[in-house]
Amino acid sequence: MPDTEAGATHPDIGDIRIEDVVGIKEQTAFERVISSQAFWVTIALIGIVALMSYLQPDAFASQANAYNMTRNFAYIGIMAVGMVAVIITGGIDLSVGSIMGVTGVVCGILLQAQYGWYIAVVAGLATGVVTGLINGLLIAYAGLSPFVVTLGMMSFARSIAIVLSENKMIYDFGPDGAAFKIIGGGQMLGLSNIFWALIILAVLIGVILKFTTWGRHLYAIGGNEQAARLTGVPVNRVKTQAYILSALTASIAAILVVGWQGSAINALGTSYELRVIASTVIGGANLMGGEGGTYGAVVGAALLEVIRNSLLMQGIDSNWQGAFVGVFIVLAVLLEKIRGRRRA
Amino acid sequence: MPVLSLRKISKNFGAIKALTDVDLELEPGEVLGLMGDNGAGKSTLVKIIAGNFPPTSGELVLQDRPMHFHRPAEAREAGIEVVYQDLALCDNLSAAANIFLGREIARSIWPLKFLVSKDMTDKAGALFGELKSETRPHDLVRRMSGGQRQAVAISRTMLSEAKIVLMDEPTAAISVRQVAEVLDLIRRLKDRGIAIVLISHRMPDVFAVCDRVAVLRRGRKVAEKPIVQSSPEEVTGLITGAIQHA
Repeated sequence: MPDTEAGATHPDIGDIRIEDVVGIKEQTAFERVISSQAFWVTIALIGIVALMSYLQPDAFASQANAYNMTRNFAYIGIMAVGMVAVIITGGIDLSVGSIMGVTGVVCGILLQAQYGWYIAVVAGLATGVVTGLINGLLIAYAGLSPFVVTLGMMSFARSIAIVLSENKMIYDFGPDGAAFKIIGGGQMLGLSNIFWALIILAVLIGVILKFTTWGRHLYAIGGNEQAARLTGVPVNRVKTQAYILSALTASIAAILVVGWQGSAINALGTSYELRVIASTVIGGANLMGGEGGTYGAVVGAALLEVIRNSLLMQGIDSNWQGAFVGVFIVLAVLLEKIRGRRRA
Repeated sequence: MPVLSLRKISKNFGAIKALTDVDLELEPGEVLGLMGDNGAGKSTLVKIIAGNFPPTSGELVLQDRPMHFHRPAEAREAGIEVVYQDLALCDNLSAAANIFLGREIARSIWPLKFLVSKDMTDKAGALFGELKSETRPHDLVRRMSGGQRQAVAISRTMLSEAKIVLMDEPTAAISVRQVAEVLDLIRRLKDRGIAIVLISHRMPDVFAVCDRVAVLRRGRKVAEKPIVQSSPEEVTGLITGAIQHA
């Protein structure tokens, strides 16, 4: 048996490890930070803000504009921190814009019918949970494609919003309207409530993603769903919960926006799903699953808003906004691809 | 006393007889090479032991207790672990995260369970130390060599104090140097008194680490003997049918 020694001789005799030659070293915390996409998007964000503050010190760098910008990206950011959980599993949720629409209409109708603000809030959140549950069950347990299921829900929920509202704007909010409007329209410490809600949700969901077993399981499912299943991760349950979380953040955003704008229209949230997905992707989430975080989602949403606002301030035709946003999305993914190739 | 006894195991898929009356015994700390051509029934046998599906007839006895597994989780609880061919690892997670996947050490603060990363990292480091593997707990599996990946997959089986480890082609897709590493890992498991079933097409590996070899051909066991009483030529003959029985 000439081959018997194949494995037996090797371990000691001063052999050179492959690792020593190619230099695969443990990453330090610093290297991890600078190799993350969210870091570079943050740099880009700071750069644009600095440039615009220099060019337009009075208009751009004003208190009022800071208030506006933080409010304008906050509701996209809120949806993005929920969406990121779904994207980490390798899924997608196209229905968030429509869930926003139907939630807004549900809140509006209840307020109009003289119900208390808390009833409207609870019903709004319940709308999110139910739609998310339907998405999740169809995707996780019936095994349907996330794209198809949430595309269906996008159409279904928007239609329900239009039917429920009888295609009318709801603005007569009854006795508790004032209280409801404070939730989304109020401010604290010079920043809008919507922005504070974003900060709280981003930190909360960020902690859950990085430091709990549930978060760990999301990443595992996105990395290798079969492996997760084999090792006993409750894959179906975790996936369902991810879609519920995504829909829930959409309904939270709807409650806040309806309060801020003081009216509910069934078109609320139309095409927001694309802005939300763009935010998460710019922030480093991988649509193939397994990567992403709430910090990146928030920074991605902020970057899109700062670009929009800057173009406006520079007097560039607003029709160009989409082109700039599109370029940034592709650029972000392209950079990630290039850095990924260098790593491998 | 054998840790595992298979008695007259048969498995039919409709009209197809995947396994017919297979007897097999496994002693603690023993490495059994399970060989056979594609379609000989190796995978079916392993899946029965691992609890993926029950046999059509026959008995599976684990340390004197007859077992009836219906799900892999039941086999795992009984002390049978599987290292899958594709290793079933998550590339985007660290070595420690992979080892503890599905059984994380966590502190419960309702409604959440917070990971106790330090304990998991320490334990993973200790397991790699035992295996004398250079794998580091914090490293991402994506950045690892094939041998290191095997170390992660094997550490996972050690975590649960398994009695039996089934390894499906662990050396199929890795470099020569890494094969040596994996064979060392198998010897370390054996030193811990764990019984191992090694399914492999690679004759040198089987003859390097196995104590006994069993050969399946068309769903029947055609040989089972100590490795020192056999030779690669004989096993090859048994696999192809050139030698009918041994």
